[in-house]
Amino acid sequence: MLIVVNTISSLVHLFSVKYMEGDAKYSRYYAHLGLFTFSMIGLVLTNNILLMYVFWELVGISSYLLIGFWYENKAPQEAAKKAFIVNRVGDVGFFLGIMIIFLTLGTFNFSEIFAGVAAGKLSGGLLTVTGILLFCGAIGKSAQFPLHVWLPDAMEGPTPVSALIHAATMVAAGVYLTARIFIMLSADALTVVVYIGLITSFISATIALTQNDIKRVLAYSTISQLGYMIMAIGIGAYSYGIFHLVTHAFFKACLFLTAGSVIYGMHHVQDINEMGGLRKKMPITFFTFLMATLAISGVPFTSGFLSKDSILAATLVFADVNGGINYIVPFFAFLTAGLTAFYMFRLLIKTFLGEPKNGEKFDHVHESPFSMTLPLIILAVMSFFAFFSFNPFGAESGWFLEMVKAPESLLVGTQGAIYHIIERAEYQELTHHFHYLAMILSLVIAGLGILVAYAFYYWKKVDVEKLTEKIYPLYKFSLNKWYFDELYDKTIISGTMMLSNISRWIDNNIVDGFVNGSAFITKMTSEGSGKFDNYFVDGLVNFVGGLVAFFGLIFRKFQTGRIQTYVAFLVFGIILLYFIFRVM
Amino acid sequence: MAAYTLSILIFFPIVFSIPIFFFNKEKTTLIKTYALIISLITFIISVYIFFIFNPDSGEYAFVERRVWIPLLNSYYQVGIDGISLLLILLTTFIIPLSILASFNTIKNRTKEFYFLILLLEGSLIGVFCATDLLLFYFFWEFILIPMYFLIGIWGSDDRVYATVKFFIYTMTGSVLLLIGIIWLGFLCIPYVGFFSLDLTKLITVTSSLPMDKQIYLFILFTLGFLIKVPLFPFHTWLPDAHVQAPTAGSVILASLLLKMGTYGLIRFSFELFPAAFIKLTPIIAVLAVVGIIYGALLSIVQKDMKKLVAYSSVSHLGFVVLGIFALTQESLQGSVLQMVNHGLSTGALFLIVGMLYERRHTKEISEFGGLMKVMPVFSAIFLIVCLSSIGLPGLNGFVGEFLILVGAFNAPNLHSYSYTIFATTAVILSAVYLLWLFQRVMTGPIENEKNKDLKDVSKLELCTLIPILIFIVWIGVQPNTFLKISENSVKKVLLIYDSAKQRINNNDAVPK
Repeated sequence: MLIVVNTISSLVHLFSVKYMEGDAKYSRYYAHLGLFTFSMIGLVLTNNILLMYVFWELVGISSYLLIGFWYENKAPQEAAKKAFIVNRVGDVGFFLGIMIIFLTLGTFNFSEIFAGVAAGKLSGGLLTVTGILLFCGAIGKSAQFPLHVWLPDAMEGPTPVSALIHAATMVAAGVYLTARIFIMLSADALTVVVYIGLITSFISATIALTQNDIKRVLAYSTISQLGYMIMAIGIGAYSYGIFHLVTHAFFKACLFLTAGSVIYGMHHVQDINEMGGLRKKMPITFFTFLMATLAISGVPFTSGFLSKDSILAATLVFADVNGGINYIVPFFAFLTAGLTAFYMFRLLIKTFLGEPKNGEKFDHVHESPFSMTLPLIILAVMSFFAFFSFNPFGAESGWFLEMVKAPESLLVGTQGAIYHIIERAEYQELTHHFHYLAMILSLVIAGLGILVAYAFYYWKKVDVEKLTEKIYPLYKFSLNKWYFDELYDKTIISGTMMLSNISRWIDNNIVDGFVNGSAFITKMTSEGSGKFDNYFVDGLVNFVGGLVAFFGLIFRKFQTGRIQTYVAFLVFGIILLYFIFRVM
Repeated sequence: MAAYTLSILIFFPIVFSIPIFFFNKEKTTLIKTYALIISLITFIISVYIFFIFNPDSGEYAFVERRVWIPLLNSYYQVGIDGISLLLILLTTFIIPLSILASFNTIKNRTKEFYFLILLLEGSLIGVFCATDLLLFYFFWEFILIPMYFLIGIWGSDDRVYATVKFFIYTMTGSVLLLIGIIWLGFLCIPYVGFFSLDLTKLITVTSSLPMDKQIYLFILFTLGFLIKVPLFPFHTWLPDAHVQAPTAGSVILASLLLKMGTYGLIRFSFELFPAAFIKLTPIIAVLAVVGIIYGALLSIVQKDMKKLVAYSSVSHLGFVVLGIFALTQESLQGSVLQMVNHGLSTGALFLIVGMLYERRHTKEISEFGGLMKVMPVFSAIFLIVCLSSIGLPGLNGFVGEFLILVGAFNAPNLHSYSYTIFATTAVILSAVYLLWLFQRVMTGPIENEKNKDLKDVSKLELCTLIPILIFIVWIGVQPNTFLKISENSVKKVLLIYDSAKQRINNNDAVPK
């Protein structure tokens, strides 16, 4: 994994030298790219799940920065935000998983965690839940269903970034995580892993059939291949999953960089309906693209053939051992392989073969400079079988699979049938047994896919437009990516916004209403008591005062200040009293 | 020196705020520089205390005790432990920055402004030092006065409503607190022997009070603190106060004043009434979780940047309260650290909003857009601060949030995982509202003509932001520098929890 990250990262750095030339934020671009590479290496090297989470988030933020690199436009920003938030949803699961681990096992260290699980300190339902929660992180990062929606939009970023982050390295981090925790995943958790992978790979393959943006086709194909890897790990074909991760990293990086070269040559056109006939103008780009396409379609003598074929064989073993409903796993896996071959050749034919659709643009097309084609050539050569195994038809004896052996699950004895026999002779034998069947089947299917693609788009034996009209609802469904964005938009996003607006209403009218209401009541009471005070209390006071004044008014008449008046009153008073007492 | 250390720290800014009045009104530069120097010296004193503070003991350090009001047996009694020290450091760190931020923004009545800020600083430190309830209440109330004027005089257009709301709301809380303090003093007379409000004495006797009394007292104290925090549903004064306050006011309010509430929860609500605290935990924990999500949801739909940040404070402080009520070593230390983190991140966000306001005289999000092109350095700082608030690993917010969530996850005091699981959703929501804010303000094409010639950060503005950034990264990468200060103090606090739980269990076991 480290080798993959470093190789591709340096090639992408080299490629970017020319591709990003002239951009005003050249230095910033490299700063972000460096941050990404740093965090990715950290993620791979750490043996501590908390640190892994730290780097995991840092990778997320550098991806956010790089997707939104062209910040003057709205679309990249939207895409960047979407990527970060969708990833966060998965990360919450990852985070909760880490918490359960820490609280039950008291450690973040991987080997101590595994030792704890092996000792049975974390087991049963809780272990399954933990496994699934951790896997949620992988669902987000590796763009698995139902959180895959961010990856196609992430193609708004510069193309070398798409090659590095959104094809080869970062998205593989989810697969890496799943592989890392593989030995502590319970059978139930693994079943979830298998079906998530399967659903993802199938859905995105069907979407890739109808997309017209060269990078979007590749994006969906990436999701589909990631689904393959996840599924491979889930069915116990651990080493094949990792193997596919590595081979895929090289040929998908190659595909993205060739796409970048095409876009560079076409002066930033990405619609494949505008292209065609580019083979003559861009021979190196074409051949490298062809090599990578052959690899991803699983044609013999390529690395993709080796890894994909092994996975397909493993799906057959899985179905054979577990039986029943599990036969849908190989069925859809093979179907997806066929679809992959079809859409990749559709892309190849529409881009490089046939007549140029847009003459004016075509005239200005030129081959990319050497610093861009060199990484392409290196990556294309890496898609060749010999790098991984000298036997073009089987990877078993190759150095890679010798190195990456599936570790034995810690939960031996509690697992489903398939996980019992991994790493035993029986499993080897079965794999071997199904290997030839898988090889033949996959060859036939891939060949069929390629043939159909040629028939549709090169020889034009079948009128594609008529066919499209006939199955219009299906076509529309695929073109609109199964309406996932619309669905999320209508449910989750609108739901959150509605909830927010309701909260705002509550806050303004009820919570604050209560505050203002009580203030209002207090004010009314004060006013009331003010009135009471003015009219009643004060009225009473005034009344008393008035009364006193009134009497004062009367009595003032007597207070003349003349002594004779007082003497007269005195005499009158004495006479009055005299009579009163006499009467009594 | 040692005997007076805390008093020097408290009264240095207060005493030296008075000479400001003798300065010539016209010489604003002199006034500003003077205030800055005073606050910097205060910061240096606090750093000195940080270095001589011994984090191993967990006991109150630098204790100082002298008779204050003999009639009430009230003492001027101060002392700090690790928890208070962190908040004091935060205070002395943020105040110089908010003074710096006011250099160009406060143009009228500069003398009064800087006088009030220094006064505020002294009383804030006093709040975090006081170990006598009356003294605590004294500082607690005293803070309202400068804050009232800060918003009322230098605020924006609708400041009267906001000031009155702020004042009355928090005053209500304070009155409840005062009633609680006096009642507690009287109730404890039989146990202490005389009327006393000495925290260290009261802690030892409150458990002997009848349970119902403890609960009433707890409610009185806690309501007062929760209004200050503010916890849902007592938060509506906060957005209004923030929107109207000047930048420095918002920064001080968010970074420091709110922490008085959370600090009070630990120091008084819990230490005095642990049993009632345990009994009423479910109610408050639910309110905290509701506040976390509710604040985050409200942030999403705000149109005013300051309101958005204010509601995000409600959400973040919900985390702090949850951590406090979870009562585990991790969660409590996380809460203390998160108080500091929130002070740094939200303080920085308010500074940033203030800088935008200075340039455009509006805080409406829709007025901006595409600023990254004209203000690249500013945008980088803005993004880092947003990410720190979101809780990106490697920056400070993550450490606090993580500790709180891990600590709360199976905290015995919460009895349930669900609090944490619900709280974790805010991790997604905080990314939504902050990244969306960033996107709408900083990225995209410049659509508003007025934004075309905005200047990037000035040197002065850099001086206010860079120190915060340093700590954002420092705490994110090496949190232990700060965690180890509070470690033993938190341990000591938790001892109270253990013994209180023991008592509750014993009471339940013995039928009455």
